[in-house]
Amino acid sequence: MEKELHVPTMAELTAKGETADILFWVGCAGSFDERAQKITRDICRILQHVGIKYAILGTEESCTGDPAKRAGNEFLFQMQAMMNIQVLDGYHVKKIVTACPHCFNTLKNEYPALGGNYELIHHTQLIQGLIDEGKLKPADGNIFQGKKITYHDPCYLGRANEVYEAPRKVLESLDAQLIELKRCKSNGLCCGAGGGQMFKEPEKGTKDVNIERIEEVIDSQATIVAAACPFCMTMLKDGVKIKEKESEIEVLDIAEITVRANNI
Amino acid sequence: MISQLIFILCFVSAIILFARNARQIYKNIKIGRALNRNDKPAERLKTMLLVAFGQKKMFKRIVPAVLHLFVYIGFCIINIEMIEIVIDGMFGTHRFLSFLGGSYNFLIASFEWLAFGVLVSCIIFFMRRNVVHLKRLNSPELKNWPKTDANLILIAEILLMTAFLLMNAADQKLQLYGESHYITAGSFPISQYIISFLPSDPSSLILIERICWWFHILGVFAFLNYLPYSKHLHILLAFPNTYFSNLKPKGELTNMENVTNEVKAMLDPSFTPPTTDEPVRFGAKDVQDLTWKNLLDAYTCTECGRCTASCPANITGKLLSPRKIMMDTRDRVDEVGKNIRANGTFVDDGKSLLDTYITREELWACTSCNACVEQCPVNINPLEIIVELRRYAVMEESQAPASINAMFGNVENNGAPWKYSQMDRANWTSQQ
Repeated sequence: MEKELHVPTMAELTAKGETADILFWVGCAGSFDERAQKITRDICRILQHVGIKYAILGTEESCTGDPAKRAGNEFLFQMQAMMNIQVLDGYHVKKIVTACPHCFNTLKNEYPALGGNYELIHHTQLIQGLIDEGKLKPADGNIFQGKKITYHDPCYLGRANEVYEAPRKVLESLDAQLIELKRCKSNGLCCGAGGGQMFKEPEKGTKDVNIERIEEVIDSQATIVAAACPFCMTMLKDGVKIKEKESEIEVLDIAEITVRANNI
Repeated sequence: MISQLIFILCFVSAIILFARNARQIYKNIKIGRALNRNDKPAERLKTMLLVAFGQKKMFKRIVPAVLHLFVYIGFCIINIEMIEIVIDGMFGTHRFLSFLGGSYNFLIASFEWLAFGVLVSCIIFFMRRNVVHLKRLNSPELKNWPKTDANLILIAEILLMTAFLLMNAADQKLQLYGESHYITAGSFPISQYIISFLPSDPSSLILIERICWWFHILGVFAFLNYLPYSKHLHILLAFPNTYFSNLKPKGELTNMENVTNEVKAMLDPSFTPPTTDEPVRFGAKDVQDLTWKNLLDAYTCTECGRCTASCPANITGKLLSPRKIMMDTRDRVDEVGKNIRANGTFVDDGKSLLDTYITREELWACTSCNACVEQCPVNINPLEIIVELRRYAVMEESQAPASINAMFGNVENNGAPWKYSQMDRANWTSQQ
């Protein structure tokens, strides 16, 4: 099924005198984390499949500064932001899609004060839009039909930016059995990785946050838990592994689910 | 006549005393840094109407929401009765508003139902705290004074409502006896059931009616003046606090303009930063470094603990409790306010919000998930305070956990929080 994937960069398009309609902001996790790279490639497959003219920044992309800002290092955040804004504005970027809710939040809400104004969409919103337009249609008899799927709300997509419906609409299109976790939407429980926690050991406590979350997933009896954030993905995946539920529960990103359901 | 004078004296002193306390709290809140929250008045008003008047966010937890609604409506409506009590007290009249006739009967009947609702709700609330020992209401930060405070409020409300109903019952019995001062007025759907338990001689009844009347009104005056020392202040501050809510997306942290100027100057040597009289300190070490809204938040907190009950760090046994962040902030701003009052200006007392009250362990356990902000029924934001304290620890002291410092180093040198070269950033494109 897999077609050859070609991922254009902004530099490449500019050299050819072309422009992109949308920039795909890959993010650090999407660039370097092995699991997240798969999601990144799936997003590119979707973009290529529906024929959207997109590009990435490639080696010109740099951390948005989100983890630095959340950990209190405003200097480092603003340095990163201003450098990124220079690059983005250099390519006259207007619209950005990203798979990382942390990048999404920072680019959308925190860059404008520093002079960077872009229209931001999360990849779950992009996919929902494509389904609405009829450009994506899960195949009849797709592998998710009838399966029990639950969705874990990333804090920075949900509470932080109130995007609750787009990922759910994508899952609803699968003809699967969508189950809500006990703590969902605005009451969703964090995976434990936000605010810089991804990069440090947790403080002393009685359990890890991702274990608390996975126990809720296990209680829901879902066989697939859908994620929409690379950090949540890591935390959920580790939780499933620690709980030795790898044969029963699969953690998949909304983009991966879309690619599989549409046979892209 | 003497009782009228005593009443007026009590009434006036209660108001004066309260005004003085309120002014002190206002001054304490003004200790905070400036912040403009006067934009978008229509949206602010709407938020206040929905969240404070409409109790919208309370309904995330249905049982306490319904019980609280009884107490809230009861409190608001029964205060109409206060108008009559004050008039009667000043002029020696009795049931002054009874000229309203049928409407008066309706009013008194509603007060009775509401008083009953408040009474029952407060008893259930008391049981939840002291008998059922609900986890949310028995956290470590609620030991000692906060626990006493909560129970005092509930007992006061139970006693006030009991006195109100008892007063009506005695009044009603006196009306039936045809006592001259006790005109036939009001309808008593609840207190009618208490009548048979009361003594039958008119002088005892008058004594009961008077004692309850005085207890009720003096209790209300005392309660008003207890508010400034209590978590119960939320009944007043919930309204301004929701009006001045943050209207931006929860994920957006404030941009530090003093940092922007330095960064711009670093990137562009020709840039001259505008002069400002803003304090040069980055982040917050103490309450003076927080904004007035953070301090208003602290005074508004009624320690319900919905924030803490939803905090992923707290749920998993970490030391962090957003409720404690708010309680610590209030305790500290009270202390700083006293210090300023005693010395004319703040004199270093060797203490600060960070470390004396809030430990680093609490600070670094936060995932910035905004659950606490989302849950707060009166739009308090504990996360802002946590981030400000982190900013101080990082930018003024370079005191972040080692692994966080390593992450900073990676972002600075490689443009990613991990130790990968920026030149490898697009390597994934060549793998399938």
